[in-house]
Amino acid sequence: MSADQPAARDSLALPAALSAPVTLPEALAGAEPVESVCTPIRMAYTYTPGRALSRYLRAMADKRILGERCGATGQVFVPPRGVSPLAGAATSEVVELADTGYVESFNITRVPIERRPDLKPPYCSAWIVLDGASVGFLGLVINIAPEEVRIGMRVRAVWKPDEELETSAANILGWEPTGELDEVITDYERIGRVEASDP
Amino acid sequence: MIDVAVVAFTQRQEDAISGESEVEFMVPLMEQAKASVGLTQSDMGFTCSGSSDFLAGQAFSFVMTIDGTGPVPPISESHVEQDGAWALYEAWVKIQCGGIDTAFVYGYGKSSPGSVRDVLATQMDPYYVCPLWPDSYAVEALAARLMLEGGHVSENRLAEIAARSRASAASNPHAVRTDPKSVAEILAEEYVIDPLRPSDLPAEADGGCAVVLAAGDRARELCERPAWIRGMDHRGDAHTLGVRDLTSSTSTRLAAHRAGVAADKVDLAELHGPFTTSEHLLIDALGLDEDSTAVNPSGGALAANTMMASGLIRIGEAASRIWRGDGDRAVAHATSGPCLQQNMVCVLEGD
Repeated sequence: MSADQPAARDSLALPAALSAPVTLPEALAGAEPVESVCTPIRMAYTYTPGRALSRYLRAMADKRILGERCGATGQVFVPPRGVSPLAGAATSEVVELADTGYVESFNITRVPIERRPDLKPPYCSAWIVLDGASVGFLGLVINIAPEEVRIGMRVRAVWKPDEELETSAANILGWEPTGELDEVITDYERIGRVEASDP
Repeated sequence: MIDVAVVAFTQRQEDAISGESEVEFMVPLMEQAKASVGLTQSDMGFTCSGSSDFLAGQAFSFVMTIDGTGPVPPISESHVEQDGAWALYEAWVKIQCGGIDTAFVYGYGKSSPGSVRDVLATQMDPYYVCPLWPDSYAVEALAARLMLEGGHVSENRLAEIAARSRASAASNPHAVRTDPKSVAEILAEEYVIDPLRPSDLPAEADGGCAVVLAAGDRARELCERPAWIRGMDHRGDAHTLGVRDLTSSTSTRLAAHRAGVAADKVDLAELHGPFTTSEHLLIDALGLDEDSTAVNPSGGALAANTMMASGLIRIGEAASRIWRGDGDRAVAHATSGPCLQQNMVCVLEGD
């Protein structure tokens, strides 16, 4: 190949046909402009969740909740993804967690969501820390007026009837109060944080 | 210009990885790449990755894979919705900006969960072309027809490229299409999309790869014979196929010129030509002489085409041959988009 500059067709000048102003043919003079087009896109995927999430979903069918421990820091993550984001390494151990925990934070939704007619406002979404877990995960607090939900409130999972259980996180309909004494959270600074491993 | 070298490379390619999520199969590759030069994530000045939500079928899918780097406390990080070769380019630019002397780069893709030929239709023009769902193999066959009818290539030449890829891939443990076939056997194959035969098409694979870059003396500490990046450039042709000459790769020619490919002999070239037709155009655009340059000693993308990693794998394959002393000067190429729309050319040299 020559080391000279490549041929003239690499030049940035527009071809004459593209640089001329666009004029509509007379036949289209009165045509209504197209202001939008609808081009539906649908693609089908056979999604495979991987080792950790497969185990988690299978356990769900038995009303069990699995987490995974970080070998470097000892912290337990749920739902598990097979990797500790703290260590950047594969998790070291599968841990079975209780289906009880406490509300670490919550919100009350007062407007309906399209396509979720099952969610009747007002309803309460919460960040729930399971007993034995180091991080919270998302759930609905049910069987209580949303206004009565509070940080530290103890909750337990409400599972679908046994005959309806699937390999799905939807098996947990929500979380209801246990009536136990509230978890006392003295260290609000800790909420939403996990400790970094030593570099 | 700061001297930057490829000092570590790991890869995995299989026809389908169905039992593991992306982050699950990438974590060992990431760990091995860093460990092979005695580094950990905290040693990395910058981290950049390439992957595609359209393959994963979920938004921000790359975020889950970042967990594999251990991004706590937060790391300096970026992502390209491109082949990992473009992530390497960003990391190279970042090192050129000064202040860091290492970077970690990875790319990965699982095309097996969906139909990659349809997924690739979504990279076409969203108003005029994508709604027609052009199959990516059929689009390449349009270019192939132009090349054949115009006398730019013969079916025999395409079969020779396919036969060479299969023969080379036999010694590559990461290749997925490794059964040897003669030119006559390939020419006897039924067309899949006339004028393309099965051996003209990429061997689609799932997998990924990881690369460590290091600058100057740091590279010399980490690697006995670093693969220095002596030139790198990427260029894009028009998105609209109709305004392009599909029988030539203008952007590759330009990138090769700017990367300095012709300045010296080329011992080996790793080309990201998903089709035999694209490999033919690349050899021409790069000005390679197949008598003096070993083209695709790994088998290339015809032997294993892992979307979003195949281009970065070309750079890794070329670099590892420099480390081993199989050659002194190598060209690696990566592509993206339909019919070689975007092309990156990287010149690697040993000391």
